[in-house]
Amino acid sequence: MTSLPTNRSNTKLGLVIDLDICVGCHACAVNCKEWNSGGHSAPMTDWNTYSGTENKDGEDAGAWGVWFNRVHTFEVGKGQESKTVYFPRSCLHCDEPACVTVCPTGASYKREEDGIVLVNPDTCIGCKLCSWACPYGAREYDETDGVMKKCTLCIDKIYNENLEEIDRVPACVTTCPAGARSFGDLGDPNSDVSRLVEERGGYDLMPELDYRPVNKYLPPREPKENILDNEESFSIVSMAENVNNTHTADNSILKWVDTLLSR
Amino acid sequence: MHPAFSVIIFTSLSGAGYGSLAILGALKYFDFFVINPLLGFLSSMIAILMVTIGLISSTTHLGHPRRAWRALSQWRSSWLSREGVFAVLTYFPGSIFCLSFLIPGAFDEIINVVCLLTTVFSLGTIYCTAKIYSSLKTIRQWNHQLVMPIYLIIGLFDGAILLLVLLAVFDSSQSFRFHYFIICLGTLAGLAKILYWWSIDNADSKSNTSTATGLGTPQEGVSMLDGPTTSETFIMREMGFVIARKHSRRLRLIAILTLSIIPISAVYLIAQDPMLISQIILSVIAIVFSYFGTIIERWLFFAEAKHVSMLYYGATKV
Repeated sequence: MTSLPTNRSNTKLGLVIDLDICVGCHACAVNCKEWNSGGHSAPMTDWNTYSGTENKDGEDAGAWGVWFNRVHTFEVGKGQESKTVYFPRSCLHCDEPACVTVCPTGASYKREEDGIVLVNPDTCIGCKLCSWACPYGAREYDETDGVMKKCTLCIDKIYNENLEEIDRVPACVTTCPAGARSFGDLGDPNSDVSRLVEERGGYDLMPELDYRPVNKYLPPREPKENILDNEESFSIVSMAENVNNTHTADNSILKWVDTLLSR
Repeated sequence: MHPAFSVIIFTSLSGAGYGSLAILGALKYFDFFVINPLLGFLSSMIAILMVTIGLISSTTHLGHPRRAWRALSQWRSSWLSREGVFAVLTYFPGSIFCLSFLIPGAFDEIINVVCLLTTVFSLGTIYCTAKIYSSLKTIRQWNHQLVMPIYLIIGLFDGAILLLVLLAVFDSSQSFRFHYFIICLGTLAGLAKILYWWSIDNADSKSNTSTATGLGTPQEGVSMLDGPTTSETFIMREMGFVIARKHSRRLRLIAILTLSIIPISAVYLIAQDPMLISQIILSVIAIVFSYFGTIIERWLFFAEAKHVSMLYYGATKV
């Protein structure tokens, strides 16, 4: 049923993505693809994977395919003051997901028990309207299967009792080498993720559209005050000047030469 | 937005078909003039045919056309589903209406209800089609108050012109009030489009790269340094269409000329000149130009629509 559930539980499973920590390695996107190639929305098909000359896919020469997670790179500000921010983007499992309500077949739905937004590949007709309704570009159409696919929050991993409890988190969270991604219940104000959002000022993407995304982003931290101007602090120049004193001091021959030449 | 050809054909052809069914139903219900049985049968038959071709065309862009029947199930929340329901519903009174001209007297008891339902369901279908687009908050050029009236006006205008051609061929003695009704619709269509274009050109989106990423202020500037892939993604292909945008000024002019000015001039001349042969020629000119104009208008409707997700792909403004 594409009407939103009326008896929602308070559980809102989602991700918190720390833009201060993300190093832009794309490992989350790659492991997402890897896990989900065998998961709920499998397969995640690709076209022109190895060649830019196959004609199957029309005029586009590049390889392309279905991904649930994409890492963008943004520049904030200009010139010396600018920051480079890596920005992973995936389904935000919104509280008001228009992608669900526009679905004419009931294939798209929001789960009552945990708020995860899913697509039933058996009833999806591939009309692509849900992708138009999503402001975050989270849904991708699979040309081969003729159905829409999207992030499942690794529903087949987070509830999988055959896995160690520590592994029952989405693949992107498991794999992030920097610890920039956290998973948990954002509906519970006392959960680790909710406290993290509280502490760090986590925010919604495009709040003006009122989709009320569950996933939150944590802003990059402000740089420490003018680190180079502070004489007390670390400086490459003074380190270079002090190399003499630290390294040559122990070598007796050099010390003797130094004494000799200093006369 | 990428203009899917099948969807453009659907909205323009079915719009005209439903428009002409709506007008036929109203003409008969209010007894504006006696519809000649051959004219009534042919025009409603052609309208139903156009609607059907449009509907079939719209299923060709689906990934699973054979599952299309499922789209009738979610009318509680989805405008696309409601459109499907209305489209199917229209067939019932529509075909009885068509048959009533073939078998005179057979449906006399229910003909008023049939006419009314034909008109209401036809207008309902066009209304739902427009709402599919105008309800999307992600595209400000679609989420606009004029989108729904424009769909209705153009549908009725194209539908009326179809009747005009058949009137010229089968029943040229008819009242000229109908001609002025068409001229009004055509003028309204042109004015509404001009107002719409002026409005979308002079409005700003609430969304920008700062709200999309939550990084920095619009003054500081947030720009894409690197995309997520080296080749195109589905989102870039579906939402990032720009080919027609650079020609949009010229295409807008062509749309206004062909959709509105040329057809209403032709209809005006028909109203002035009762000669049968010139009526036929002019009404054919009117229909060819107005349908061409509608297709250009629909093409622009898609090509000029900017989806907010493009802010993640280097768009600085939507």
